[in-house]
Amino acid sequence: MSEMTPIQRVLTTLSHNEPDRVPFIFTTTTWGAKLLGLSIKEYLSSAESYAEGQLRIWKMFGQDLLYNLFYAAVEVEAWGSKTIFAPDGPPNAGAPIITSLDDIDKVVPPRVGESPVLQRTLEATRIMRKGAGDDVPIVGVVMSPFSVAVMQMGFERYLDLIYEEPQYFWKLMEKNQSFCTEWANAQLAAGATAIGYFDPVSSPTVVPPSVYRSTGQIVAKQTIAQINGPTATHFASGRTLQVIDDIADTGTAIIGVSANEDIAEVKSVCNKRLSVLGNLNALEMRRWTIEETEQKVKQAIAAAGPGGGFILGENHGEIPWQAPGEILQAIADAVRTWGKYPLDWVEEYNSAASTHA
Amino acid sequence: MTTIDRSSVDGFIDHLLSIDRSGAHRFVSERISAIPGFDPIECLIVPSLDTIGQRWETGELALSQVYMSAKICEELLSRLTSSNSITPAQIDSPARSAIVVFRDHHGLGKCIVSSMLNASGIPVLDYGLGVETEKLIKRTLADNLEMLFVSVLMLPSALAVKDVIAGLRQAGSSTKVIVGGAPFRLDPELWKEVGADAFGTTASDAVRIASGQTRVTA
Repeated sequence: MSEMTPIQRVLTTLSHNEPDRVPFIFTTTTWGAKLLGLSIKEYLSSAESYAEGQLRIWKMFGQDLLYNLFYAAVEVEAWGSKTIFAPDGPPNAGAPIITSLDDIDKVVPPRVGESPVLQRTLEATRIMRKGAGDDVPIVGVVMSPFSVAVMQMGFERYLDLIYEEPQYFWKLMEKNQSFCTEWANAQLAAGATAIGYFDPVSSPTVVPPSVYRSTGQIVAKQTIAQINGPTATHFASGRTLQVIDDIADTGTAIIGVSANEDIAEVKSVCNKRLSVLGNLNALEMRRWTIEETEQKVKQAIAAAGPGGGFILGENHGEIPWQAPGEILQAIADAVRTWGKYPLDWVEEYNSAASTHA
Repeated sequence: MTTIDRSSVDGFIDHLLSIDRSGAHRFVSERISAIPGFDPIECLIVPSLDTIGQRWETGELALSQVYMSAKICEELLSRLTSSNSITPAQIDSPARSAIVVFRDHHGLGKCIVSSMLNASGIPVLDYGLGVETEKLIKRTLADNLEMLFVSVLMLPSALAVKDVIAGLRQAGSSTKVIVGGAPFRLDPELWKEVGADAFGTTASDAVRIASGQTRVTA
């Protein structure tokens, strides 16, 4: 098979066919700061620096998708929250902007066109699109209306809202949905190919499936229907298995899989309704040897690669700043070594693995 | 020694998981009235929250259910105490403990652990959210803590726990540092790497450690 372009590779696997090799993504956010010799705050405060960093990472490792997430708190910053920068990791959202039911009545969704921090993401997306050309998909990111509320309110207050104040819950969801769809579509217009729909609160790790079906799933269905491009749903290392069919019913195309779940089992339950993304444990990458890295990649490919429908990535939505470059290189090398279809080695590998189990 | 009635615990858990505050209160009140010397903390609250925590750990229950259950138990205990329905016995030689969200601003884990400790009759000082290294060391030393429960959200904060422990040891403190939070759950070797004395997977681990049922070893 002749070598495909990244977009061909990704589209082929998402249609549950086998491309030339397994595609992979590095969900770098702060990592590029090191390459440019900038502090994390300097790096994330500049569209040009961030885009330059992401493009350099792409040129170093050759991953098949680019990523435009600066930090998870970008959206609440647009809503009026402070962002707290750290020297060695992603920024945190500051104090909640919604502290009472009254605030839910009063809060006004930000307009994308009027928000400097959101415009920064859009400008970075445009620069990355120009730098990488049309053959490399760019994944834009939104925090789901259902999950961004954690940063808007604080987790405890938000759970109280879900369980005890349904009227105000739906009022907040309406406002969040209107912002989310505007934000997603602005990123697509700026050059993003697909939207990562980050929705950890929908995970059975956080709310029971019955609550998800009457809240987050409804929100996801309504929101995703208004996004003008394909989406990938991610629970940021939260469990997925109990709600796979419900996730598929939202209209999303991909599910991010936790390192705590068996990606083979998740893919089997998906039954081609969804493709799977994952599930390397990025937090552990700091300690991996090159040999361990290769084994982890082989393991993931053996579990989820056959038949396509698989993109290799980490499981949380972000490669830590602490992840060593040699390990990212080892991942890229291992994908190129072991990820070439038709994956002839997998049957024997899985057979040996089950013998030793 | 108190015998735990498993079917009563299961019945109480059903009320908690249904977010049935009045049902939970009635369940406890009936037993206080009917059973001489009935201790709702030891007989219902602690074993229920422990079971709920374990079921969350195995993936059967969700974090929101753990949170709401702990919250209901804490409210229930407060209601029973203020109506003099019970006088909670203090644990013998209770650990002087505090809980903190270190450097981060995500308080759910701390909230659940605090609720569980309070609902179990174990007082714990609340140091709040986003507390930085030097301030945490200073306060821990000033309060002469026996145990410090540290909750984190982000990997850099987890790694920085090392500096807190180093600062405490340098000052001659023997405060036991027990860590918890997503980075420690996702990387099971991390608590040892930062030099913590123990790691809590669930909030009920904190209860066991604080009440001395689980020894904390370095």
